[in-house]
Amino acid sequence: MIEYEPVIGMEVHAELLTESKMFCGCKVAFGGEPNTRCCPVCLGLPGSLPVINRRAVEFVVRTALALNCKINQNSIFHRKNYFYPDLPKGYQISQYGDTPIGVNGYVEITVNGVTKRIGIRRVHLEEDTGKLFHVEGDLSQIDYNRSGVPLMEIVTEHDPSAGFDQINSADEAREYLVQLRAILMYLGVSDGKMEEGSLRCEPNVSVRPKGSDTFGTRTEIKNLNSFRAVHSGLLYEIERHKKALARGEKIVHETRRWDDVRGRTAPMRGKELEQEYRYFPEPDLPPLSFDPDWIEEQRRSLPELPQQKRKRYIEEYGLSETDASVITASRALAEFYEAAASSYRDPKIVANWVMGDFLRLLNAADIEADESKLKPEMLVDMLRLVDDGTISGKIAKTVFAEMFQTGKPPREIVEGSGLVQITDESEIEAVVQQVIDENPNEVERYRGGKKELLGFFVGQVMRLTKGKANPGMVNKLLKEKLGA
Amino acid sequence: MAENELCKLTAHEIAFLVRSKQVTCREVAEAFLGRVSSLDEKVRAYVTITEDLALSQSDALDKKIASGDELPPLAGVPWAIKDNMCTRGVLTTCSSKILYNYKPVYDATVVRKVVESGGIIIGKTNLDEFAMGSSTENSAFFTTRNPWDLDRVPGGSSGGSAAAVAADLAALALGSDTGGSIRQPAAFCGVVGMKPTYGRVSRYGLIAFASSLDQIGPFAKDVTDCALAMSVISGRDPMDSTSLDVPVPDYTKSLVPDVKGIKIGVPVEFFAQGVSPEIVELVWRAVEAFSVLGAEYKETSMPMVDYGLATYYIIAPAECSSNLARYDGVRYGLRSSDSPDPLTMFRKTREEGFGPEVKQRIMAGTYALSAGYYDAYYLKAQKVRTLIRQDFDKLFEEFDVLITPTTPTAAFKIGERTGDPFAMKLNDVCTIPASMAGIPAISVPCGFADGLPVGMQIMGKPLDEATIMRVAFAFEQATTFHKQKPKL
Repeated sequence: MIEYEPVIGMEVHAELLTESKMFCGCKVAFGGEPNTRCCPVCLGLPGSLPVINRRAVEFVVRTALALNCKINQNSIFHRKNYFYPDLPKGYQISQYGDTPIGVNGYVEITVNGVTKRIGIRRVHLEEDTGKLFHVEGDLSQIDYNRSGVPLMEIVTEHDPSAGFDQINSADEAREYLVQLRAILMYLGVSDGKMEEGSLRCEPNVSVRPKGSDTFGTRTEIKNLNSFRAVHSGLLYEIERHKKALARGEKIVHETRRWDDVRGRTAPMRGKELEQEYRYFPEPDLPPLSFDPDWIEEQRRSLPELPQQKRKRYIEEYGLSETDASVITASRALAEFYEAAASSYRDPKIVANWVMGDFLRLLNAADIEADESKLKPEMLVDMLRLVDDGTISGKIAKTVFAEMFQTGKPPREIVEGSGLVQITDESEIEAVVQQVIDENPNEVERYRGGKKELLGFFVGQVMRLTKGKANPGMVNKLLKEKLGA
Repeated sequence: MAENELCKLTAHEIAFLVRSKQVTCREVAEAFLGRVSSLDEKVRAYVTITEDLALSQSDALDKKIASGDELPPLAGVPWAIKDNMCTRGVLTTCSSKILYNYKPVYDATVVRKVVESGGIIIGKTNLDEFAMGSSTENSAFFTTRNPWDLDRVPGGSSGGSAAAVAADLAALALGSDTGGSIRQPAAFCGVVGMKPTYGRVSRYGLIAFASSLDQIGPFAKDVTDCALAMSVISGRDPMDSTSLDVPVPDYTKSLVPDVKGIKIGVPVEFFAQGVSPEIVELVWRAVEAFSVLGAEYKETSMPMVDYGLATYYIIAPAECSSNLARYDGVRYGLRSSDSPDPLTMFRKTREEGFGPEVKQRIMAGTYALSAGYYDAYYLKAQKVRTLIRQDFDKLFEEFDVLITPTTPTAAFKIGERTGDPFAMKLNDVCTIPASMAGIPAISVPCGFADGLPVGMQIMGKPLDEATIMRVAFAFEQATTFHKQKPKL
């Protein structure tokens, strides 16, 4: 039986976090009243002309550098011509051909212990379209607020002659996307929100017999609005290709839409089919021309990127590869971690809190670490309260949740709500005695050799003290009173 | 002063009368509006007459004069604006049905500058639809008449603006030139018309035909007015990335009637391509006149000129096919009713809204940009364009200006060439090369053939409009062609 291998290409679009649009001064923001953030330029009114947003160019140059790309010293814009109601000029200003801003870079990923350098073919700059809404019956409405928002396109290279690795599985594709998203967010060029559509991913996939050096026919997948959807969509499509090939069927080159509810892809109709875009250089814009010194300045001022941070955390804080990956996936989370870890005796304990309770609470609240009321020094203070026995580890979880909700410092929470650990031996001893007195049967069985019942007695003491008794003292006193 | 005499004055004469309080701006505006209402029935230069706007602008200026405020340089000068430049709240048609009832929400940069210079806007002038044509016969509304012979075309595409100035229906006018659309009608109507260097004047608000070629310029009754107008409209505009960041000289300072030592090149190819013998004769006579005035001239050659027309008819339609894609009926202008889906609505709107010449160019341009043809047509044309530019660069190492006929013939009869699109396009054969190279060029009256005006083209180095106007001014000072008026 033939073994098959998928080859996956990833096309990612990221809306840039610039103040204003790509070719005019209109504000960039999500949502809002329709058609309130537009002007003659982004509405494509007759006679209007585009002016390049310098900041957007800078963002793309910085991204391309972070993705290890070569920067084309001269880069030009093109017109991509097609008709659609959300495209007010009848063309999109984009970059086509050999001179996008960045070419020939890579992103490093590690999946199941295997590290690959995924090739990046191009990083280019273009403008977003408006949004078309089908209201009721035959009626459609268009919101041009998004029209002209700067959009960066990042395309992977699957030709091995470029010197880099391909993506060969859905897991690798997802990891590529995770790493790419992290880089974009570290650079502050994208908010990375796939659900809102500010980060969009359109993968293509082909399958071939393993070892073959030609590619199979590829299909493109659209409507993937989360990491999970990208992963599931690719798994589905790879299987579909494999089964078809095994049956001797031909794959049709087409764009397919992922149906998240039914968990399958289906061919798209109409305008999504092959298009003739009639690209040509945009005559309204002069070519971009970069000063090499300026490019070097951008390179020097790049922040520490996730991969570098991950390696450093493994070395400096002794974290595992997995833990370091989770923590560095977000720049804000990594900065939170580092602020706490660098001022506490055990960075691994900090890591457990950050990856556990903190990340869970952040996800539930749908916020980033730097938007949280809980600050790194509060975590450190709390850990010290555990260390000096003021609170138990169990109580710490309650304190942590309350810090997250209220932003109050841990000592205030502990003192204000009587969560301070009971360390008074006589007080605990009284409760221990009460538990022994109330459970004569269990005491007899324990003394008869069922030592695992100790946990039961500890639980009873903790219940009566609402978890505040010092667990070490409870254990010690129980053993003393119950006898060996 | 009698109404009609006021209208016959040059812009600088009117500005002087206003400044010296011999006339009010309102008197000027009313004189021109009166002449337009009695004469434009014959000439048909205007698509829209902006009477209310002109009167309110002139009243505002008169108020300033009365209160002793400082006056802008051309206060009280009446202008006509080609109807492919946006005017806020005023119909802007491009002489096309597809812009049905379209009123822009903003002023083109040039319109703003004209108003800031104290200009009074009399109206918007007729053109070939979307500036595609050489006669205004492609206007969706009507054909403008040549004031020298109402059975003849005024030239195009800026025929309305040229006729308005020639018929004293405006003192100055703005046109746009993509392959000769200012110079050719200026020659046909016996006025001065200048296409500045590409990038000298902002295109913001000029409704695009071919973006890499379009350039706005003035029509004037003499070179002095042309220089004044150029000083008003030129300069860098942050809204147009292709506008050049080079200071604007005071062009009137360059108007000295002295051409001693100026080196004139006469490229022979421009006299060959079907140019009528009378025009060859008149232009050569002009060149000889420069020799008498102290300039040196020499015959020279520009072999790439032969490819100008072919190259132009690939690049301009290609860009136009993309520029005109926005007229889809979704946001403004004409919308075809009763379509089952958006793409059908686009198709029907464009089918109904565009005239045959525009459709033909959109199709030719779409073809030239299509995959598989791009390299053979568009890319090749761009390379030829570079060669044409290099030809000019080489000639300008030796010469200060080049002199040629503006057109191969004088104004032709209405309808004479509509059945022969190739003959129509040959009209632009002398003007297209300067457009392809982006260099400045002027057309000035240099005589009459069978009672019809003939124009001489003077081309110059990039951004050297000053030398072109100095040479044109010297010729004007030595001749009287520009002073002759059509009998209406």
